[in-house]
Amino acid sequence: MTAGAAPAVTLRGIVKQFPGVVANDHIDFEALQGEIHALLGENGAGKSTLSNIMTGLYRPDQGEIYVHGVPVAFHAPRDALAAGIGMVHQHFRLAASFTVAENFALGTHESRGVRLELGGIERRVSELAQRYRMPVNPRARIWQLSVGERQRVEILKALYRGARILILDEPTSLLTPQEADNLFATLRLMSAEGRTVIFISHKLEEVMAVSDRVTILRRGRSLGTVLTAATTPRELARLMVGRDVVFSLKPEGHTVGETVLLELRELYAESDLGTVALHGVNLQLHAGEILGIAGVAGNGQRELAEVITGMRPRVAGSVAVAGIPLRGADPRQAIDLGLAHVPEDRLGTGVAPSLTIADNLILKDYRRPPITTAGLIRYDRVRVRAGDLIERFDIKAVSPQTPTRLLSGGNVQKVLLARELSGSPRVLVAASPTRGLDVAATESVRSLLLQAAARGVGVLLISEDLDEILTLADRIAVLYEGRVMGVVDRAQADVEELGLMMAGSAR
Amino acid sequence: MRIERRLTTPRWLRVVVPVASLLAALVLAGVMELATGHDPIATTSRLIDRGFFASGALSATLVTATPLLLTGLAAAAAFRMLTWNIGAEGQLVMGAVGASGAGIFLHDQAPVLIIPAMMAAGGLTGAAWGAIPGLLRAYFNTNEIITSLMLNYVAGLVISYLIFDSHSYWRDLSTFTARVFPQGKYLGPAASWPALGAGSLVIPFGFLVGVVSAAGLFVLYRYTRFGYEVRVIGDSRAAGRYAGMRINRKIVAVMALSGALAGLGGASQIGDFRHVLDPRGLQQAGYGYAGIVVAALAQLNPLAVILVAFLLGGLTNAGYSLQGPDFPAGLVGILQGLILFCALAGELLVRYRVRFRRLMVAPA
Repeated sequence: MTAGAAPAVTLRGIVKQFPGVVANDHIDFEALQGEIHALLGENGAGKSTLSNIMTGLYRPDQGEIYVHGVPVAFHAPRDALAAGIGMVHQHFRLAASFTVAENFALGTHESRGVRLELGGIERRVSELAQRYRMPVNPRARIWQLSVGERQRVEILKALYRGARILILDEPTSLLTPQEADNLFATLRLMSAEGRTVIFISHKLEEVMAVSDRVTILRRGRSLGTVLTAATTPRELARLMVGRDVVFSLKPEGHTVGETVLLELRELYAESDLGTVALHGVNLQLHAGEILGIAGVAGNGQRELAEVITGMRPRVAGSVAVAGIPLRGADPRQAIDLGLAHVPEDRLGTGVAPSLTIADNLILKDYRRPPITTAGLIRYDRVRVRAGDLIERFDIKAVSPQTPTRLLSGGNVQKVLLARELSGSPRVLVAASPTRGLDVAATESVRSLLLQAAARGVGVLLISEDLDEILTLADRIAVLYEGRVMGVVDRAQADVEELGLMMAGSAR
Repeated sequence: MRIERRLTTPRWLRVVVPVASLLAALVLAGVMELATGHDPIATTSRLIDRGFFASGALSATLVTATPLLLTGLAAAAAFRMLTWNIGAEGQLVMGAVGASGAGIFLHDQAPVLIIPAMMAAGGLTGAAWGAIPGLLRAYFNTNEIITSLMLNYVAGLVISYLIFDSHSYWRDLSTFTARVFPQGKYLGPAASWPALGAGSLVIPFGFLVGVVSAAGLFVLYRYTRFGYEVRVIGDSRAAGRYAGMRINRKIVAVMALSGALAGLGGASQIGDFRHVLDPRGLQQAGYGYAGIVVAALAQLNPLAVILVAFLLGGLTNAGYSLQGPDFPAGLVGILQGLILFCALAGELLVRYRVRFRRLMVAPA
């Protein structure tokens, strides 16, 4: 970034209200030409609303937008695009069965007559890809690409359409660390060319690593903009959540029991595509223990969680809870044996999204008294339970009758944990329990896991976040291509060695 | 103009939108009438008068509303779990077969025995017919829309076979005329369902059965464990599996329940109105398909189904009695189609808001 650079986008006094919430409350924001500007805030701070306003998806109730000093009014994303603002959404907007080049052609009006001039597009895609070091085969179909590649396609698409200002909404949430580093390099290339990058994130490390300046949002308000070089992660965290965050939550002096609560023997399972996903997994989980399953996404973590909880049939091997063997593919038996499960897909699997919070809180024990007597659900008791758990687990909701899908990600996770932990489980299988959550919610989820372990619950913590595992787990098992590469005590854990195991180098 | 998703839906909208949709449909039908050279106001007022206000109109309306009520409930019961039973038509026909079979078999018994037996037989055959696509869906993952629809045609062939192409138990072979011109056996007077009179109004027994079924379905889905499971599965199948619900069994059960309601409609056709297994009459009416319209308009609420069935019954009934040179025969069908169309469009307004703004071009 050059000092005294001209402003690229300026927002003044932006107000956007949704029923019951002021998502943006008089926000001022300015991103300069050629800078990487991070927009930092927790879930629900108003980051996405603000970026949707900048890209014409929403219209502000009040306030002005200037692009390169000229006032603009966007009515649709294509107006923003015409002004040079492109967006890469967290969830990609690509047609899966089309090729990369065909996706570039979508929504543009370049072809003459009925024939698509794909050859020209392919050439220009390749040029762009080379220039920004984002290798992509323009003839590949989207469904064949990895998540990281799809993101490259999205970024290239925005550049292809002439974006001088690029907004990325939590771009690293689905990427491996290596892919994230490549992305950062690309972003630096673009800013060096004078393009403006607005980078939405709630991860402090990456904001520190990649941005020139940071604007912090909290509860719909802007707390100001600081130079990244002149701040610290601790200060940013404090601004973001409004108080000091405890980063380490190491359980102190708690002892792991002797009893084996969960035992996996020679477990084999298939992925959805029919490939071998688990390859002879042996693990033991003790009472009061947090066993972390580390690994790069897609190495069998999902299948492991699903096989244990009965959501996926196993091909061979055995699963036993407190010594009692599980029949295959029977979630009900797993529940009855005290196996709690926080699934990766919270909204959709972990809760029924349109049902109320109260209804979702009985999802695991609706079948039994006291909730059901004589085939009738006792809604009086359901209400009492909901009120109690909402208070105990500090769930932020208008009422127990609110549809669960209207809650923020952190509160959905609290609903899930409230239900799973209040059922006094023996074992808790938690799959990526803090993914996508903001700092405060992450912290409360982690302390709930620690409390559960302290009460003697065996916790199987599956996470792609190695730091999280190092913070919480007593022992760490590394999963690579469906095999356990090794199990180490946290006390003896060496990050480098874990990294090697995650990359497939056997110990 | 922009369409934005609503985050919350105000309660009044849930009432205003269906009513407005109904009015919009009447206006659109008026345009159709104008285009074909009829006076829309006169036609509409005649339609409403004949449906609800003329002497004897209400009783006739209830006759049409009864099967619509039961097939409407059948559709609502299934659709609530996103199980798409399009087969109420065939389930109603099979219910009529079962009920008339029971009626013929028990012809010399007392009404106290025959009538419940007819209801049970109609409900069970309808349930069995509905369970077929349910089983196929649950255990072979076939599309229940297609299988239940196809079974409508099979049911039509079964009933034709029983009366026209065979010497079946249902066919009247007692006289020479009956052997030449095939028809079903008449059920005895003991098998006629009692009609309840209130002044000049005659309420068919089947309508009361429908009202009780609606209340039962409402309670079942709102207050019971079964209903809770249906709501969870209807919202997210994955969440249902996660909670340990036996989803396959639930699909079969809901399809059977839906079929049983339609089958009751068939039993009422025999017991209340026809007293004979009448292939042509049962199929011409298309009650099964109209039930889908009823359920959609009632937004799958069993209690609202009662009201909607009554209103649509009135329109259909008025259409029958007004048919003639000055009244286009297809009008009621068109009107029904328009009502459904407007109601579905109205759904959009419940979930989205439309905003009008002046268009400006953004300066680059």
